[in-house]
Amino acid sequence: MIACNRRFGEAGVAKSSIHIKSAGGIERGFIVLVCRACVDPPCMKVCPTDALSKRVGGGVILNSSKCVGCKLCVNACTIGAIFWDEENEKPVICVHCGYCVNYCPYNVIKMEEIS
Amino acid sequence: MPSKVLYIDLSRRRFWVEDRRKFFEEWIGGSGVAIKLLEEECPKNVNPLEPENPIIFAIGPFTSFYPIASKTVAMFKSPLTGNLGESHCGGRSALAIRMAGYGAIVIKGASETPVYLAIHGEKTYFREGSAIWNMANSYTVGRILRDREPGAGARTIMRIGRAGEKLISYACVVTETYRHFGRLGLGAVFGGKKLKAIVISGRKSLPLADSKAYREVYKEIFDALLASPSMKKYHELGTSMNVNPLNEIKALPTRNLKKANFEEAEKISGEAFAKDFLGKRLACAHCPVSCIHLAALRTPYDLEPYFYKTKMICYDYETIYALGSMIGVSDPKELLKLLDEVEALGLDAISTGVALAWATEAQEKGLISTKETNGLHLKWSEAETYLKAIKLLVNQVNDFYKALGKGVEYASSIYGGKDFALAFGGNEMPGYHTGLAAHLGFLIGSRHSHLDCAGYSIDQKIIASRKKLTIEELTEELINEEAWRQILSSLVICFFARGIYKPELIIKAFKPLGMEFTEDSLKAIGKKILKAKYEFKVREGFNLGELRIPERILQTSAPAGEISKESIIKALKLVEEKLTAL
Ligand code: SF4
Ligand code: SF4
Ligand code: SF4
Repeated sequence: MIACNRRFGEAGVAKSSIHIKSAGGIERGFIVLVCRACVDPPCMKVCPTDALSKRVGGGVILNSSKCVGCKLCVNACTIGAIFWDEENEKPVICVHCGYCVNYCPYNVIKMEEIS
Repeated sequence: MPSKVLYIDLSRRRFWVEDRRKFFEEWIGGSGVAIKLLEEECPKNVNPLEPENPIIFAIGPFTSFYPIASKTVAMFKSPLTGNLGESHCGGRSALAIRMAGYGAIVIKGASETPVYLAIHGEKTYFREGSAIWNMANSYTVGRILRDREPGAGARTIMRIGRAGEKLISYACVVTETYRHFGRLGLGAVFGGKKLKAIVISGRKSLPLADSKAYREVYKEIFDALLASPSMKKYHELGTSMNVNPLNEIKALPTRNLKKANFEEAEKISGEAFAKDFLGKRLACAHCPVSCIHLAALRTPYDLEPYFYKTKMICYDYETIYALGSMIGVSDPKELLKLLDEVEALGLDAISTGVALAWATEAQEKGLISTKETNGLHLKWSEAETYLKAIKLLVNQVNDFYKALGKGVEYASSIYGGKDFALAFGGNEMPGYHTGLAAHLGFLIGSRHSHLDCAGYSIDQKIIASRKKLTIEELTEELINEEAWRQILSSLVICFFARGIYKPELIIKAFKPLGMEFTEDSLKAIGKKILKAKYEFKVREGFNLGELRIPERILQTSAPAGEISKESIIKALKLVEEKLTAL
């Protein structure tokens, strides 16, 4: 979470598009929430302004200037991998840069090329 | 630099925010800011359980910026020592406070009815707490709040157990189930305010003066943490890796420190737990080390065959010492059950173990009988009986357990047995009988804790080099170490990383945040903070010359050499001169 935010030149978590939470209590382990780069992205299909377009290699790219902040994409992502930037009223969506992977010392997450 | 302070008044159910930038600039954060806020907010001679005793939480300028700056400092007047209370806790507490937008939180007053606080960003809610008051188990309280409150993943859930509600002087505050504001009774201060829990969450971004330099320093620290061999050990075995080595040098307090080595230490060592019980390893938020170790304990149902429940129970060195060797318990399963009970009830494990050890010896010596213990024959190693005693203690069933609930200093002043009541400045001893430096550290440190000035580590150096230090040198080193630790606990860095966060690195790490320090300026602030703490303690009646020295530490030989009363008295005089002259 912190690495992702750092990637964008800030500290904290507001701009992070990866999120870690417990699976209902720490004793049960953790869930990593991150965009899984859908081939046919539901988030894109519901966007009324075409602010989201398909990304080569999977996932979507956000065009902030088109986005009206309706949050439809947030609801459409079944796995809950779209977060919300409260300051700009825009979604935070994974760009699949892989920066976070460098800061996971225990190899929980990795980058993979998908065909 | 965090600068906003959230003030909460439980009596009037009001909250407000003040920007105290100058304050943070001068006192850094964490311990530095907390002691100054305590000075402001805590009236002289206040009873720690009265509404006027404030609770201060503070995080530091590195929180959320750099890895392992993962702790929160709590300050309050301690119900256990009647003086300065300071306790540190990791989990997600620090990150959550920072992400909610605050550098510190001050909680004043008391509620008439049970309440819990939900702090989500700019908003603070006073929520009804009656339904979760008097719940048998602190785990359950956590589970309920988890479902009721938003912010999963980046929030902290602090809560007290029955021990805090019953105002046991060494009740702790449990956060995220496995981390604690353990020492000096913050749980009882919560209880006195009818404050059952606090949930804090937020999702902020923090600006940087130089984001490129920031990313570089970040990587340097991150890599150093992962490359460090001591961090690797914390990661693999956790702090319980200390059980065997301390036992080997004969520094592991056993059966109320009648001895300093435990014949069966191997069975409760970090290695044994890792092999037979380790179920999960965890980290505080924003720490790559993950020293937190949870044991999976499978227990069968009493009447039903093939029915089991598996519990996750946190263990570390201090808790293994206190509820293991100190009371002679060597069966790891029994030890885990004791740890689980202490966690469920919200007690400080160290004080509880030392209290049980004192009570066992007091019963052995005939100072108390089964009349006092409510029928129990306390015996070394008998965990079943200790489990019962812990329940009686928290339920405060009679005068004896009421006294024991105020700590061994108090209990021994009523029932006798002071010479083997192992408390220092009123706080029960941690698990290091290494030598004079450790015990001096417990006596003179602001928190009477082994983490104040790390005497045990000076002793270990003496043992290894066989080079003795004069009392003058020893006290000088202790005070210098404690002064420097004020900087670490103001930043607030986990002390496990003290070898990495050296002055040069700290100065370098401040720069991308837009702040300049020199080694000298940092050291001067460290001394200033230590002085402020000492002055607060003196204001509240602390006197180094009046500290009780438990005879037992003089009778049981320590690896760094025999300890004499004269040397301690001499050291205390020197320390008084040095602290006054700071
Ligand atoms: S944000 Fe969710 S829906 Fe959109 S591509 Fe990623 S995983 Fe699929
Ligand atoms: S919030 Fe923006 S990106 Fe998401 S659906 Fe609405 S317009 Fe499209
Ligand atoms: S080393 Fe352990 S206690 Fe320290 S911050 Fe990391 S997980 Fe927490």
